[in-house]
Amino acid sequence: MDAILIQLLNGLDKGGAYALIALGLTLTFGTLGVVNFAHGALFMMGAFCAVLFNKILTISKKVKDESITFFDAYKETPYLEIWWGDTGSAIIDYSVPLSILFAIPIMLLVGVIMERGLIKHFYKRDHADQILVTFGLAIVIQEIVKHFFGANPIPTPAPDVVSGSAAVGAFFGLNENLVYPWWRLIYLAFSLSIIGAVFAFLKYTTFGMVVRAGMADRETVELLGINVQKRFTIVFGLATVVAGLAGVMYAPILPPDYHMGMDFLVLSFIVVVVGGMGSLGGAVAAGFLLGLLQSFASMNEVKAILPGIDQIIIYLVAVVILLVRPRGLMGREGVFED
Amino acid sequence: MIKKILSSNPLIMLIFSAVVLSAPIWLAPLGANYPDLLQKFAIFGIFAVGYNILFGLTGYLSFGHATFLGIGSYTAVWSFKLLTMNIVPAIILAMIVSGVFALVIGYLSLRRSGIYFSILTLAFAQMAYSLAYSVLTPITNGETGLQLSQQDPRYLDSMAGIVATEGIPSTNLFGTLIKSMDGYFGFYVAAVMLIIAFYISLKIFRSPFGMKLRAIKSNQTRMKYTGFNTRPYLLTAFVISGMYAGLAGGLLASIDPLAGAERMQWTASGEVVLMTILGGVGTLIGPMLGATIIKYFENIFSALNDSELHKIFDFLPEGMENFMVTVVSPFVGDGWHLTLGLVFMIVVIFLPGGIMQGLNSLFSFIKRIFGLGGSSSSKADTVSKGEV
Repeated sequence: MDAILIQLLNGLDKGGAYALIALGLTLTFGTLGVVNFAHGALFMMGAFCAVLFNKILTISKKVKDESITFFDAYKETPYLEIWWGDTGSAIIDYSVPLSILFAIPIMLLVGVIMERGLIKHFYKRDHADQILVTFGLAIVIQEIVKHFFGANPIPTPAPDVVSGSAAVGAFFGLNENLVYPWWRLIYLAFSLSIIGAVFAFLKYTTFGMVVRAGMADRETVELLGINVQKRFTIVFGLATVVAGLAGVMYAPILPPDYHMGMDFLVLSFIVVVVGGMGSLGGAVAAGFLLGLLQSFASMNEVKAILPGIDQIIIYLVAVVILLVRPRGLMGREGVFED
Repeated sequence: MIKKILSSNPLIMLIFSAVVLSAPIWLAPLGANYPDLLQKFAIFGIFAVGYNILFGLTGYLSFGHATFLGIGSYTAVWSFKLLTMNIVPAIILAMIVSGVFALVIGYLSLRRSGIYFSILTLAFAQMAYSLAYSVLTPITNGETGLQLSQQDPRYLDSMAGIVATEGIPSTNLFGTLIKSMDGYFGFYVAAVMLIIAFYISLKIFRSPFGMKLRAIKSNQTRMKYTGFNTRPYLLTAFVISGMYAGLAGGLLASIDPLAGAERMQWTASGEVVLMTILGGVGTLIGPMLGATIIKYFENIFSALNDSELHKIFDFLPEGMENFMVTVVSPFVGDGWHLTLGLVFMIVVIFLPGGIMQGLNSLFSFIKRIFGLGGSSSSKADTVSKGEV
């Protein structure tokens, strides 16, 4: 029972990340009809926004260490601490959540530049070309990040308050010793709220309504005199922001390195395909489903029966789904069906 | 004239063989005439030529072809361990086994097309890669990679009375013919394979079968309406290109008898796509060209470091020299992939036909300038676009 609870949480947590990335991917599919292989790189850029913000906050100078009296010792003290004392160190401590504010404008800018500068020219070309050019872009982004931040993972700690573990066992009336890291719970809540926000945005705003209409029948909406393209560009920016935020919050869970995006990209593509191309609900559902499947498959009891299943379960599910129900779980008829 | 040359198979093969076999001589001025690099040119040339039969002719973008390369390598190493150090059985087995895998994976993947096909092949490739790292460790030796050891049984060799006395025996071609696959021997074995592979690909390009594959690329629906069942043709193309990849993997293992799972990673599959695109999709010689260029620049660029750059820009004044080194250094050495990515993007954006398209338009441009007649140049243009 304990193990199941932990795996459930693990699965939801992983699923949250998959769902967020897949949501952005499928938004791009659904609106612009573009297959974006650089989406994983955007996730990685988000994580590095957190790293960069942390670096900026901790720009420091050498200050004489007063606690050591018998010789002159110097230690690095961030300017923020020098200027604002405890408030400064609190800001540094909360650098990851705060970098959300930092990441949103950056990612939005990146998204709009990417769409206007590159993706725009690929609407009319076939999907193979789109895949290839965004694959090239992903390599370029990766290498630029590697040039500036090096190849090693950079630990980016969560705030002190939540760096411990929550006593989930006691909460659910199970074993008292059963604990789960706070930050992962926060990540789950965060991903759920972002997903909720995106859905609410598309469902309850006029902008969202137009976007949904454009996804369903672009020509008619354009005939009504609405500039669909402009809105889709903004949606692409939105997808970029969602991927970036998923990355920002993931930084404390997995220390960011330059190829983390590629690892997630393959999985999130599979999530999108399983969920159904262009179906937002499908992407979210499939994200959580695959996350759960993966974490349950990595239980020792399961592995004893089917060795290695934890490594391949996602791909296996994808293959079966694509062969049995090509449209995906919730795919609409006629969308990317060939 | 050109048209005549291009339509004659024996002439093409003669020129191609001459160019490939004399590579150690004419590549010398470029500093690329050492065996290691030449072997890579030939082997990845085979890989790319094979990949082109699938992607170039049918337009099906497979993102999992490195799987077959990896399977070929593993099979070859197992053949060295269990059977004999002779490379002939190893290469044949590598092709057969990867062909069987290609048959299974292709049968399943080809039920879908377009982006779904790409993702299915990607999924299979990732599955193979993860399995090679985890459960299949007894076969693949996991992260360490599969290696030879002196205790290997090598049944055929021991039946023939060949016993390794000291150290690990080296791979050979019928024992006496070529004793070791090191150096130029390795290159020439690979080069002969490349010529055969190229010949088969040429034949396929100019056969009714190749015609049908092209028809699938241009309009599959219409093909189906005219009563063609396209899937057997696609599957054949997939298996053939899988076997080419297996051959390349077998050769890799023959020259350096070890096999690791990283050869199967999807970035490795991406590399062959890059080669094909860079050279020119659907052209005969393009993929070969792309493979050579990528491997050549990988070798040159990744070896450069700051001090070498200072030497190169030595002729400039001090300030300019330092400036140039600062500008260029992110693109070489470890940053070689950055250059590759940028070049690749530029090619996809501006030159979808790859280098071959660039050369073709260059030729017709030159012809126009020298006034060789607009009609003849346009004719040559269509021929070369369709054929080479």
